Amino acid sequence: MHIVVCVKQVPDPEAAFSQFKVDEQARTIVPAPGLKQVISPFDEQAVEAALRLRDAGAEAKITVVTMGPEAARSVLKHGLAMGADAGVLLADSAFENGDGYATAITLAAAIRKLGACDLVLAGRQAADWDAGVVGSGLGELLGLPVITFAQDVKIDGGSVRVERVLDDGTEVVEAALPAVVTVSNELGEARKPNLRETMRAARKPVAAWSPADLGLAPEKIGAAGARRVLERLFVPAKRSQCELIDGAPHDQAERLAQRLREAKLI
Amino acid sequence: MSSAPSILVVAELDAGAPDKHTQELLGLARSLAQACGGTVAAALLAAEDKGAASALIARGADRVFFAAHAGLAGYQAEAWVAAAAEICRQAAPAVVLACHSACGADLAPRLAFRLDTMVATGCVEVAYDGGRLAATRPCYGGNARETVSIKTSPAVLTVRPGSYDALAPDAARRGEVTRLEPQIDTAAQRVKVLERRRDAADGVRLEDARVIVAGGRGLNGPDGFRVLEELAAALGGAVGASRVPCDLEWCPRSWQIGLTGKTVRPDLYIAVGISGAGHHMAGCGNAKAIVAVNTDPEAAIFKDARFGVVGDFQEFVPAFIEEVRKLGG
Repeated sequence: MHIVVCVKQVPDPEAAFSQFKVDEQARTIVPAPGLKQVISPFDEQAVEAALRLRDAGAEAKITVVTMGPEAARSVLKHGLAMGADAGVLLADSAFENGDGYATAITLAAAIRKLGACDLVLAGRQAADWDAGVVGSGLGELLGLPVITFAQDVKIDGGSVRVERVLDDGTEVVEAALPAVVTVSNELGEARKPNLRETMRAARKPVAAWSPADLGLAPEKIGAAGARRVLERLFVPAKRSQCELIDGAPHDQAERLAQRLREAKLI
Repeated sequence: MSSAPSILVVAELDAGAPDKHTQELLGLARSLAQACGGTVAAALLAAEDKGAASALIARGADRVFFAAHAGLAGYQAEAWVAAAAEICRQAAPAVVLACHSACGADLAPRLAFRLDTMVATGCVEVAYDGGRLAATRPCYGGNARETVSIKTSPAVLTVRPGSYDALAPDAARRGEVTRLEPQIDTAAQRVKVLERRRDAADGVRLEDARVIVAGGRGLNGPDGFRVLEELAAALGGAVGASRVPCDLEWCPRSWQIGLTGKTVRPDLYIAVGISGAGHHMAGCGNAKAIVAVNTDPEAAIFKDARFGVVGDFQEFVPAFIEEVRKLGG
């Protein structure tokens, strides 16, 4: 079977808040020096889900696809070093400054071009815009069933069986392949690339496709194809004062209880 | 057809009645309708109407589109997307509001693509700004907020719980109910639900709790949650968690509060061993007061907290439980 995993490069979401700055005028984030660009963790877990299917015995070719700047090639390398087999890079200025809609149009075209895809995996949301739109959009555009927020993915014959996260529990659902599944953080930690796979990754094929390769008209993609308009980007104001309660644990406990009672909070 | 724009709320039900979150959306929808001179509609997707339509009207809807089908009992993605799309084609709303819940966050993006429009998810603020609908939502792991508008119509939005207040029910409000009989072939549904498991729900629900005691990585293991449970019980509150303890299975996953978990708005939020990463604060930042208990005085959580305790929770929390009991909580 052929599994396609959609991955995105994002500023390291684990970086300290102090490394995070916004240029409100330009409506972009300003990467602090040393801020790493990484594979979005939910997408890394989607790659992990694909590899676990292969570990469980599925004979699968795994292709990682990313849309982004030329530098996003590094997230493909990461996926290949984890164990994926091939990569597709969609880097072109015409793809830039799109939204979830334009991204889904672009990725759907790439998946169609790859052909004969049985399972599309993606993170539940990308760790930059946190929207959670593209995976579902791919399903709609490709006419495939969509299963969101997966914490466990299994292949059973021609079907995918997914345990998905609900607000107050989980459910197990099943769909005939081909299907789209978005992966949630509950899937658990992704494997680290090892030396052997990293060496092998250097020889794995990475294709680079342009909008013309995908047969996409310029007005469909990037900023021109976007339907969401970013009006403003800002950092929310933090509370300025925290009242620190000092002393030995017992004194702290007594004083905090007192202060909370005074504030009518308990 | 009237030219007044309509704001359509997709209702979620709890035991047959519109849930709290849906009531909040109706409150928001009324204020949006007022701002744009429009009306409020509600989409009711259910097997039968056990008083939900009149409850939606009492909470602010002018019109209810009731898609009645056995296949719509409980959230089933494929049936709900199809039925909601059919209602949208009839109601022709300018704005569709859905809850940012496991259902709404699954439904809304698909509905948006089905209707050839676009969605903004997890919004915390929605308002008309000079005639244009502007939605503000957390992004970059809760470190930033973006305000967006949507060029296509309808604008589909999911709104985080606790962002708006519900209106008091008004039984005298009148509204119209339009019943639809959507064609749903349950046998042809591509995604089948095999099993649903609910986490044991004893005590206060996180969404309803006035006091929440939440634990993070700093608890260093599942045992820490036992003492938090004791504190929550003493305060009549509920226990929550940040993402790490849930991923490590120190506690049930449904306890997770944050960008990919629940959004809560208690009066008092006691964060124990939680560093205060943006993705967690996106779920609890609207608490009236936050108390931070952490060994690290540099932890980001102290920037969001009204009261801070630097120290070991294993020493502090038991002492605090004693004090709370003394106050005769």
